[in-house]
Amino acid sequence: MPGPTAAAGTPGPSRRVLVTGTSGLLGRAVARLLHARGWSVRSLQRRAVHDPWESVQGSVADPDVAARAAAGVDAVIHLAAKVSFTGEWADFVSTNIVGTRQLLAASRHAGVRDFVFVSSPSVAHFGSSIVGAGAGSADPERARGFYARSKAAAEDLALAEDSPEFRVAAIRPHIVWGPGDTQLVERVVERARAGRLPLLDGGRALIDTTYVDNAAEAIVRGLERMDHAHGQALVVTNGEPRPVGELIAGICRAAGVPEPAFSVPGWLARGAGSVIEKAWLAAGTRGWVRDEPPMTRFLAEQLSTAHWFDQRHTREVLDWAPAISLDEGLALLARHYGN
Amino acid sequence: MVTAALPPQDPSRHPDPWPGVCASWRRTLSVPSTSAADAPGTRREWHFLDNRDDVDATGLAPAGTLLCVHGNPTWSYLWRSLLAAATSQETLADGGPWRVIAVDQLDMGFSERTGTFRRLADRINDLSDLTAALKLDGPVVTVGHDWGGIISLGWAVRHREQLAAVVLTNTAVHPAGFTLPPALKLALHPAVHPWGTKATAAFLKVTHALAQPALAPSVRDAFMAPYRTAVRRAGVGNFVADIPATPAHPSWAALEEVSSGIRTLGVPAFMMWGPKDPVFSDRYLRDLLTRLPQADVHRFEGAGHLVQEDRDIAGPTFAWLAKQVDASHRAQGGSAAQGGSAAQPKPESAPAFRPMLAEVDARREDSSTAIVDMLAGGAARSLTWAELARDIDDLTAGLADLGVKPGDRVSLLVPPGITLTTLIYACLRLGAVIVVADAGLGTKGLGRAIKGAGPAYLVGVGRALAGARIYNWPGVKISAGDSTPAADRAGRRLLGVAATVPQLMDKGRVLRLACTAAAPAVPDPDADAAVLFTSGSTGPAKGVVYTHRRLAAMRDTLQATYKLRAGTSLVAGFAPFALLGPALGATSVTPDMDVTAPRTLTAKALADAAAAINATVVFASPAALVNVVATAAELPPARKTALAGVELFLSAGAPLGEPLLAQVQELAPHASLHTPYGMTEALPVTDIDLAGIRAAGTGEGVCVGLPVSGASVAIAPVRADGTGSLAPTTEPHVTGEILVSAPHVLERYDRLWITQEHAAAIPGWHRSGDVGHLDAEGRLWVEGRMAHVLTTANGVRTPVAGELAAESVPAVARAAVVGVGPAGAQVAVAIVETAPAARRSGLADTGLSRDVRAAVALTGLVPAAVLVIDAMPTDVRHNSKIDRAALAAWASRMLAGARPGRP
Repeated sequence: MPGPTAAAGTPGPSRRVLVTGTSGLLGRAVARLLHARGWSVRSLQRRAVHDPWESVQGSVADPDVAARAAAGVDAVIHLAAKVSFTGEWADFVSTNIVGTRQLLAASRHAGVRDFVFVSSPSVAHFGSSIVGAGAGSADPERARGFYARSKAAAEDLALAEDSPEFRVAAIRPHIVWGPGDTQLVERVVERARAGRLPLLDGGRALIDTTYVDNAAEAIVRGLERMDHAHGQALVVTNGEPRPVGELIAGICRAAGVPEPAFSVPGWLARGAGSVIEKAWLAAGTRGWVRDEPPMTRFLAEQLSTAHWFDQRHTREVLDWAPAISLDEGLALLARHYGN
Repeated sequence: MVTAALPPQDPSRHPDPWPGVCASWRRTLSVPSTSAADAPGTRREWHFLDNRDDVDATGLAPAGTLLCVHGNPTWSYLWRSLLAAATSQETLADGGPWRVIAVDQLDMGFSERTGTFRRLADRINDLSDLTAALKLDGPVVTVGHDWGGIISLGWAVRHREQLAAVVLTNTAVHPAGFTLPPALKLALHPAVHPWGTKATAAFLKVTHALAQPALAPSVRDAFMAPYRTAVRRAGVGNFVADIPATPAHPSWAALEEVSSGIRTLGVPAFMMWGPKDPVFSDRYLRDLLTRLPQADVHRFEGAGHLVQEDRDIAGPTFAWLAKQVDASHRAQGGSAAQGGSAAQPKPESAPAFRPMLAEVDARREDSSTAIVDMLAGGAARSLTWAELARDIDDLTAGLADLGVKPGDRVSLLVPPGITLTTLIYACLRLGAVIVVADAGLGTKGLGRAIKGAGPAYLVGVGRALAGARIYNWPGVKISAGDSTPAADRAGRRLLGVAATVPQLMDKGRVLRLACTAAAPAVPDPDADAAVLFTSGSTGPAKGVVYTHRRLAAMRDTLQATYKLRAGTSLVAGFAPFALLGPALGATSVTPDMDVTAPRTLTAKALADAAAAINATVVFASPAALVNVVATAAELPPARKTALAGVELFLSAGAPLGEPLLAQVQELAPHASLHTPYGMTEALPVTDIDLAGIRAAGTGEGVCVGLPVSGASVAIAPVRADGTGSLAPTTEPHVTGEILVSAPHVLERYDRLWITQEHAAAIPGWHRSGDVGHLDAEGRLWVEGRMAHVLTTANGVRTPVAGELAAESVPAVARAAVVGVGPAGAQVAVAIVETAPAARRSGLADTGLSRDVRAAVALTGLVPAAVLVIDAMPTDVRHNSKIDRAALAAWASRMLAGARPGRP
């Protein structure tokens, strides 16, 4: 293997890294962690922010922005993506696929050495249960929903570029949550508060999740352990699968909202999800609704089938183990909500 | 029926071999025919599979050739797993490679369609023509299936000089006196035969549908490939028409020649059988065993006619062949390597053999009570030692008169009590082999057990005989005579009963008084004496064979371990030990209870039984004790002290917790409470008493104490994938498979060659399948079953410590900890039965989940989920062993979001 530099493990003060998507919970945690570890951080996000590090504003899909952002950095961690259960396919393509392609091209052009693509296990989830499986191959044809399909295509693009000169690793954190999370925690809490959060099949499906700090650490380890990780897609989780009902109840308790009190059969939710999704999309284009639909087929599948993973390979490659346990994470969440 | 000859199909027209077949295996050969069906000078085009290239590639000389002959309507494709495994690393390490030639018989598979009608004699000759053309030399093992079995044996009879061994799978040599199986009768019916076998592919489809589980579509297509058109199926129809159903049939003589010729083959034989075969059922296996008594047998419970498709037959075949090569090598003066191992069993000091009947014989004049049956309503029936000895002799003479011979298997479907005891000791005296499969297995399990053991005689009470009639259980039927004479007469005709036990005893007495009954020869101590069945809590019940010597050793071990002496009086609430009463010289009493459900033993029934004989010893099962404790309050005042005279209280069957034992102690204040650990394969292995349990305290698993008299125990450390290693150790605190060595362990598993090989793989030891460790004091701790070991990402874990921890949560009555997920990456799941029982199974509520998880986590294993179940699945015999395998499968479905069903 061509010489991993001494810098692989501990970056010198001159090492510069670009992190995209830092307005999100995970991107922010990654940038903070790198900053704390002595990396010279540059962030790229759509909105203007005040950060203790250099910041570029704009869309990753814009070639000029991408070129500016990648100029002069040694490494890139690419988190920016359109994450949604619904929306138009074209939007997913432009942000997730075109955006990744632009950033890969810009990075190569700028002489970037290492590129961490932050992906999702959903790129290899085809609707059935995942029970203690490995990462599996991303498949844009079979992945479920626009988000997963676009991420699968983007991950394929990124890993195809892997070479000794331009090393690419894909890290797939599974269901990231933590204080300040708008993706999972806020939605659960809001719906529970409104009393419209059902469990599917009694919430029996065993699901592994990732506390945000653990996901951030694993992504940074992906960069630090690039000589082992490059060319691979690694699923990252807490390694503590729990019944989804128990997880949701834990989040509700931490936030001080009522736990789900009713259950819907999974088959019903999956069927209803398909219908609601289409109706919501149609209503959305007419401006009738703005928020996310209460149920989509993808969400119903996620909530009614098991998905947990064999973490042995990931932990060996990254030489990493999660520092925050599920219970500790929930305690931190409760503190965040003042409970 | 003559059709135009068709050449064999050109292999090159099938560039893609079928799933599991290597293109290089396919061969064709033009062979001069000497069969009567052909004119002189005829040549026939054969197609066959041959792994010669693979053998050559190993650079080693083959150990021999397997000549594999398919039946109807399959083809050489059936043997692909043997071709693939013949040059595998395992086979090479085991004395391989082996050359494998799997032929397509003429008119079958891709061999020539001859347009002739080929009879059995022709087919045997055809095969000989082919092997001559192939210039097959060196040792040959014939392998056959279905009617290919007879043809392969026909070849074997004609090539004795080359024959090294015979391997048979679901076949028959069609013995005289047996009728054709109904399915074949139907196939032969003139109205069905041409239509079913040739005009349509019905016969093929029906045969393929016999696979359990169903064949993959691609495999089904491959089996169908040579038989796509009616013309190509001509051989299928002719084959069926050549089945000799009567002595008038033209092929009868050829069949007779084979079926009698194999009696003198004198080579090792291996039979692998799928019992769920509507055609070649167990009866043909039993018939074959009379002709090839040297055969090793493995019955794959649950497999059917296409046993090659249902189970791996290749691995066992080559492992078996390796043993035969080894054995012949040893016979020629070589020595097999014996790996030295750290832990060696105590050399079996081979105590002097004292027959099981010695005590009964010594007390022929004793008029004290030997045995008592408690009857419903408080009545009792008893026999003195003198009466028992006389009844045994009478029944022995009666059975012999009926035709029961030494070595014949006699299935006893009779509840514990005087009749059963008399039958057991009569059979032992006669040298007949008792088959004891208790009704607790349930009708289905019982039926499987009886069919597997294949008894020549079946003695049963009315209910059992009705079952035997309905389910077609084998054996000449004998009624235990448990009904009124009138009902018995009517019932006997209905149930096809040949005799009743009272009749046999009367007949025997007459014969004995007339001095015409020949005294039975004393059985060989190393002859089979009993086939006992396991509880079936770990898969289908397995038959366990004991010789007279080993059975006597079980008695001696009990006697030595528990200091049982003449004058002991015991309550027999636990079947295997109950049988030993007369052999121990102990007065025994059977309490009034439903033997099929141990948990029906009440405190009153136990006290009544104890009072009847002033019991000093009680044998009971854990489930029975649970109910005894639960019903203790209902004891009438007069019976409160009935158990006061009990000195020894033995609970066998499954480990018992200290709390329950403490409650039993209150009932029997002067008794020493013992819970031996053992299994049907070795009873008992270790023993511990209540004081010992208290002294041991808590730890990983359940402390079952020290090895009993004459037994030794070692551990085969468990590997990361959950399997046991083969290097025994007695080092403390090493977790692994529990190994047992004792004079009273089983002789072998019955007709389960593969199981037996696995269990006896470590010389001198029996692998129990249980997992545990020894402590510094040499005490054994049981941690569950090997099959229940959890292989987590953090290493191998055993379930028992976690289960005990979960049971410490007040709401939990019983708990099981199982692994869910693939080996090596499993997560633990705790499943609890609550008191009172939950109405619905599902996720435990928040509080219970938290408490159970916290308790189990203390043992180093954090359950991913805590599930509540309404009732644990347990084995029917003891109602005590939790079926963790079924629970694990259920929990997997539950936690994958699938429909969970019942465990």
